[in-house]
Amino acid sequence: MRRTYRGTWVALGLAILALTAGPALAQKKTLVVALNQDPDLLDPTLSRTYVGRIIFAHMCEKLFEIDETLRLSPQLAAALPTISDGGKTVTIKLRSGVKFNDGTPMNAEAVKFSLDRHREMKGSNRRSELDPVTAVEVVDPLTIRLRLKSPFSPLVATLADRSGMPVSPAAVNKLGDKFATAPVCVGPWSFVERVPQDRIVLEKSTHYFDPGQAHFDRIVFRIIPDDNVRLANLRSGDIDVMHLVAPTDSLNLKKEGRFEVASVTGLGYTGITINQRNKTGKTQPPGDLGTPLANDPRVREAFDLSLDREAINQVAWDGQYTPGCTPIAPVSPFYDKSRKCPGRDVAKAKQLLAAAGLPNGYAFELTIVNDPQQRRFGEVIQGMAREAGFNITLRPSEFASALTDDDNGKLQAFAIGWSGRVDPDGNIHQFQTCGGSLNTTLVCDESIDALLNKAREISDQAQRAKLYREAIDKITGGRRNVLYIYHLNYIVAFPKNLKGYHAVPDGLIRIKGVSWN
Amino acid sequence: MAADRAGRLWRRLWRRPPAVVGAVVVLFFLGLAVGAPWIATSDPQRSDYGKIRKAPTAANPFGTDDLGRDNFSRVVWGTRISMQAGVFSILLAIAIGVPAGLVAGYWSGGVIDQLIMRLTDAWLAFPFLILAIGLVTIMGASLTNATVAIGLAATPTYIRLTRGLVLSTREEDYVQAARALGAGGPRTILRHILPNIVSALLVQATVSIPGAIIAEAILSFLGLGVQPPTPSWGTMLNTAQQFLETAPWMAWWPGLAIFSLTLSFNLAGDGLRDLLDPRDY
Amino acid sequence: MLDFLVRRVAISVVTLLVISLIVFTGVRMIPGDPARVMGGTDADAAGLAEIRQKYGLDAPIPVQYLRWLGLALRGDLGESIRTRESVVWTVARKLPITMELAGLSLLIALAIAIPAGVFSAVRRNTVWDFLVNAASLCGLSVPSFWLGLMLILLLSVRLHWLPASGFVPPWEDLGANLRRMLMPAFVLGAGLAAVLMRQTRNSMIEILSADYIRTAWSKGLAGRAVIFRHAFRNGLIPVVTILGLQTGALMGGAVVTEQIFVVPGFGRLIVESVFTRDYPLVQGVVLITASTYVLVNLLVDLSYSLLNPRIRIGGGTGGG
Repeated sequence: MRRTYRGTWVALGLAILALTAGPALAQKKTLVVALNQDPDLLDPTLSRTYVGRIIFAHMCEKLFEIDETLRLSPQLAAALPTISDGGKTVTIKLRSGVKFNDGTPMNAEAVKFSLDRHREMKGSNRRSELDPVTAVEVVDPLTIRLRLKSPFSPLVATLADRSGMPVSPAAVNKLGDKFATAPVCVGPWSFVERVPQDRIVLEKSTHYFDPGQAHFDRIVFRIIPDDNVRLANLRSGDIDVMHLVAPTDSLNLKKEGRFEVASVTGLGYTGITINQRNKTGKTQPPGDLGTPLANDPRVREAFDLSLDREAINQVAWDGQYTPGCTPIAPVSPFYDKSRKCPGRDVAKAKQLLAAAGLPNGYAFELTIVNDPQQRRFGEVIQGMAREAGFNITLRPSEFASALTDDDNGKLQAFAIGWSGRVDPDGNIHQFQTCGGSLNTTLVCDESIDALLNKAREISDQAQRAKLYREAIDKITGGRRNVLYIYHLNYIVAFPKNLKGYHAVPDGLIRIKGVSWN
Repeated sequence: MAADRAGRLWRRLWRRPPAVVGAVVVLFFLGLAVGAPWIATSDPQRSDYGKIRKAPTAANPFGTDDLGRDNFSRVVWGTRISMQAGVFSILLAIAIGVPAGLVAGYWSGGVIDQLIMRLTDAWLAFPFLILAIGLVTIMGASLTNATVAIGLAATPTYIRLTRGLVLSTREEDYVQAARALGAGGPRTILRHILPNIVSALLVQATVSIPGAIIAEAILSFLGLGVQPPTPSWGTMLNTAQQFLETAPWMAWWPGLAIFSLTLSFNLAGDGLRDLLDPRDY
Repeated sequence: MLDFLVRRVAISVVTLLVISLIVFTGVRMIPGDPARVMGGTDADAAGLAEIRQKYGLDAPIPVQYLRWLGLALRGDLGESIRTRESVVWTVARKLPITMELAGLSLLIALAIAIPAGVFSAVRRNTVWDFLVNAASLCGLSVPSFWLGLMLILLLSVRLHWLPASGFVPPWEDLGANLRRMLMPAFVLGAGLAAVLMRQTRNSMIEILSADYIRTAWSKGLAGRAVIFRHAFRNGLIPVVTILGLQTGALMGGAVVTEQIFVVPGFGRLIVESVFTRDYPLVQGVVLITASTYVLVNLLVDLSYSLLNPRIRIGGGTGGG
């Protein structure tokens, strides 16, 4: 009996020792980045999530890249492209000596293969972005040529994202549509493994052409959806870089002084999309929804006037985001600095509702994404609109199913944003043109279409800006199928001794060039 | 006779202070729930943007939340939600479970019994919370649906309980005697079983209700229960999570409320069990 | 004995079939079109038709059910929509993590509950009994997610004693693994301990006053020997029953705990798959959960004979 007891105590003692042993010191060479969402498929052709782009920034470089001022520069291309033939031919020279992370060379054949895959593969989510491209030709081993059906100014910006990411043909041929389970592109780091809802591990590539930029042997992306837990992990040192710090937490972090808090106004927008004609699905013919909200512009204007964008930003985001009323990002050269956002006017809102035959108010459902930030956003809007006579019911929904419902015409109003693209066309065209691939409200106005189509064909910046201004005036002052409310600021936090981080308005974390002090 | 018995029970209850405390607190919360419109000092949904996340003061005894609403009023009104969800869900479970259990127990061994028992076994195999989450996902998130989901998830316990009681009561001497005397059939069983059932149900309910209250809190915590702007302790805790360090009062009071209500039900339930169970522990 | 075994197993099989039926119809009732979820927002009518054909979504429901059941029995539960990984493989990777969590919580719960329960049974109606009872009540009443958050706040953020979250596989670094599991296991174990404490106490009291114990005492056996050798084994029976039934609660508790402590286990998988409408994953995961419960209870029933062959084991005692 005694012997067993002693044995037990010894075991217990050892266990306690094991528990209190210090953490492994391997951390310095491995950087841990915490994301708030699990990416979907890690395949540039199929991926649809924003966080997927963060992973790609490290293991799938692209033809062109942007910097903090949104200036485009070549990354895997050798130089900016040559445009000829009235804008319908784009010739791109490729950087030489570049290899995919499986050692195979990145040449014109491989880039053509990739672009064709993005354009034509079944289920590709890049198809609409590359729609204007009719053909990709190989000119010589380091030059490709794109033929467009009409001039398309946003092309280079589009190629600075997933559509411009070459993938290794060898890997694609081996894995087929399971490419996402072991993706191979060009990047300072290469894919090692992925545990769904837990982590994605990348390690330094031996094939990258500029290895000096990768100061970490490994990057581990951990998926921590809960804001508090992510923050707790940052504070306790279990993670190094925290993506998407909640605005309310960022003030505290800054005060604490232990961490660097980088905030940059993003390229996107968040607003309220109001369904007007989508009854049975966005690919089906439009129909009459029969509600005042969908049919009467006065009701939408009243709703718009019941909101105080500055106050929303102050209350919901502690003033950390950027209020706005346009789909174009403030950092963009196309941003209209003279645009004044409508202020709150409850009296006028009530008048409009009465004129629309709703003197006793109006009730509708607002779908919001089910996370604490969006819930607060929804509640503030609910409270503000109530004073004007709107009785809003909030319907929190999971992100993917909300998108599906939106497509299917099941939502009356949807508080949703768009992560944004470098070129303003990427924030407007698909949503606001007749038959646009992301136009879930099924609004259609030929005059707005004309403005937006012209804007994507000409290349003069001032002229384009003028066309966008006109189009946006019509959208935000007239049909109001989207009420633009704010621009998200991407807030990233990391220890003060991590140097070299540049906050780019696309909000993507870039570890290339970053190192410990 | 009944009055005498009640008197005895009452005296025995008084000998157990914890049970009394529990019962009193439950009644207190019940009073809060019913009297919310008069007890709450302000509109739980009215935002004062100048007073966001302010610490407790005389005007706001529990402080304010992230939209400048008075926490005290929200906790008081939240009592309604928790009591509603807790009690009505179990009432639903009883309403479905007891008749099913009676049927299964009375015709035990037959096809109906087998059917009900297998269904109950399968039902019980799904973890309570997961079943509730699944049901709310199907039905949509709202207080009513959450209550129904919790009730449905709790039902199999009551089926089993009732059936077991029917079976054991059937074997009792006095029931056998009654049958021998010619009184047979459902009425006899019912007359003898019902008192047993009522006390066992009460005891089980005082165990189930706290579980249901916590389940509602968890569902609301996950965003699957009560929808804004209605105040619920679970949603308040969810929001409070983000401000644990800067505004901890947002978490104290709803958390404390859940804890005390649940504890009181458990205490009262313990007392009830001691009362109704002849064995003295 | 064999007769009992066969009967018991047959019942379990029927139960499993009913479970599969419930799971299948339940998932079909989740609002949303599976084909649309799989196809994504850019899928057009032709694309959707293709998906329906590929996954057999155009067949009548009973046919779909039988097809799914047939494949399931052969070990093929389909592919997750989000990651294209096989469901079985996803589960196989996550289940051990939750099992480790559950196992540790069980250890903690037993380590707390059994000594406490026995102690309060032996010292019945004294201050100790009262304190143990109070602790158990508190354990039952505290919402686990609140307890978890408070622990993180105290032990990780303020004191830096334990890491806030995450998971390191035990074969990679056992120390790191245990340090990360300690808080979630404690949170899960606390609730379980509360239940077990009372049950242990109650059944110990029953046993201690039972005839054969009195006989042992009268024969002159020392107190402690009596407790450990006779009372304990029999007292364990109701505890084991409860454990079987609590497997479900443990899995459910794991859901919230894993969410808060970011443990990439089974509980989190269930919630994520439901939230993302990943139908094949939901089906497979819930089926496995429920089946595990049935099997565990089957084992519990069968283990009765090991603990006390004198116990009459017949059907329909309705436990719980």
